Amino acid sequence: MSADVSQRPLPTPIDRTQPFWDGLRERKVRIQYSPSSDRWVFYPRSHAPLTLADDLEWREISGQGTLYTYTIARRPTAPDFAGDEPQIIAVVELDEGPRLTSTLVNVDEDEIEVGMRVRPVFEDVTGTETTLLRYEPAS
Amino acid sequence: MGLRGEAAIVGIAEWKPERRPTAPPMFTLEQWAQLTREALDDAGIDPSEVDGICCTNIRESDSFVPSTIAEYLGMQVNFAEVVDLGGASCAAMVWRAAAAIELGLCNVVVIGAPSWPSPRPPVPPTGPSSWRYGASSANYGSPQAEFDIPYGNVAQNCGYAQIAMKYGAEYRYDAEALAKIAVDQRVSANHNPAAVFHNVPITVEDVLNSPMISDPIHMLEIVMPCVGGAAIVVAGKDIARRSKHRPAWISGFGERVLHKTPTYAEDMLSTALIPAADQAFSMAGRSREEVDLISVYDCYTITVLMTIEDGGFCPRGEGQPFVREHDLSFKGDFPCNTHGGQLGFGQAGLAGGMSHITEGARQVMRRGEDHQVPDADVAFITGNGGLMSEQVALILEGD
Repeated sequence: MSADVSQRPLPTPIDRTQPFWDGLRERKVRIQYSPSSDRWVFYPRSHAPLTLADDLEWREISGQGTLYTYTIARRPTAPDFAGDEPQIIAVVELDEGPRLTSTLVNVDEDEIEVGMRVRPVFEDVTGTETTLLRYEPAS
Repeated sequence: MGLRGEAAIVGIAEWKPERRPTAPPMFTLEQWAQLTREALDDAGIDPSEVDGICCTNIRESDSFVPSTIAEYLGMQVNFAEVVDLGGASCAAMVWRAAAAIELGLCNVVVIGAPSWPSPRPPVPPTGPSSWRYGASSANYGSPQAEFDIPYGNVAQNCGYAQIAMKYGAEYRYDAEALAKIAVDQRVSANHNPAAVFHNVPITVEDVLNSPMISDPIHMLEIVMPCVGGAAIVVAGKDIARRSKHRPAWISGFGERVLHKTPTYAEDMLSTALIPAADQAFSMAGRSREEVDLISVYDCYTITVLMTIEDGGFCPRGEGQPFVREHDLSFKGDFPCNTHGGQLGFGQAGLAGGMSHITEGARQVMRRGEDHQVPDADVAFITGNGGLMSEQVALILEGD
């Protein structure tokens, strides 16, 4: 799917995080993994949280997960999102463990349930190099 | 380990919160001067005795804040602290002041929370305001700028609503119980002439019929932004003994900081308050049963509910029946936010968080007037910053 640029704030990747955004452009979800602590990491960092190991490496995952929680914002969460309401702002727990912020698409409000299975939807933002990672029900 | 209870809150200045300012704008430094003078007058302490200041940011300077304030006030201090813990900042400043006094660094510390509008410069600054996204940082390289703001996970309503939704999925959501928190606190606000919602009673139906802002949170479960300002004076025991009022001794504290965005919480329902409250009670040598009132950060009703649970006043997941079974007003069997809370008193920026401290101190000082809890001796106070993720607990006690 694709979306207009509008006034919405877009991510400005830094060198460290670029592989994640490049992955989304290729319809892949890549996150970091620390072999020494056997732990998946999101968002991308320079060192593994807690152990501070510097062995983080990029690995591809399915991107599937469960809905950890969500809210439906009836008023725009910032002026930039005016017209986008209701915004279904989700926290997705990836099957590998880490959580990320996203929004739910292709879903009726009354279908949404904490704990439901969700899968990635890659949204190319028209006129930019940015692809955002949104989610929809997996069934 | 910890405080001996030999420093006390002895003076209070607090401007009545207003939804629209009825007086002209004032620079932060001018507010510091006026609030300090009022708080010292209240305590009966001469400005020349001040030897410590605790502050947060000021409009006039992005750095070197304590020295800027000290210079403006003409004070030379032994203790100069900046605290950056959002809504937990004021509570965090209280224990830092008490600790500095007990260490012998200083004797009289002023803690300021100026929250009045400042004059706008004649030539407006260009570029977007750094507060465009509330407490979320849009700075280059900020994790929130890259991974949260683009999805609309911005500012406070969204995160607290996600926490409330998770709470409901785990424990079943009792919307009426949550609404009752706002209603009971409003009863206290109706007895507090300084409250922005003085003489504006509400019912559970009013709360549930107010617009849904971010599911499951209704408009009347969210604080009303106001302008205002507050300051307190913390002093060591010799000075406290000769101050004007019954001192509110600072006998215990705890502080815990976990994360900024709830998405990355280890467990969204396990707040930073659990260890902070345990430490505060253990340091003070007090039990939960000995607490006469709680004065806890209430940006939303869910914040109060989880604070009652994680503060240890009822088991996890049982806050909703607890709220239904107790009267939280100043007249009730579990007085909570007897000034009305920020939900009823108004949230004047940083001074909103300070209002839980001024109210806890006033109750222990027996200066609660129309909303005094009889024989109040022990108050439990919290500051909450970020989204339940920066927590400070305090115990205040009378003699």
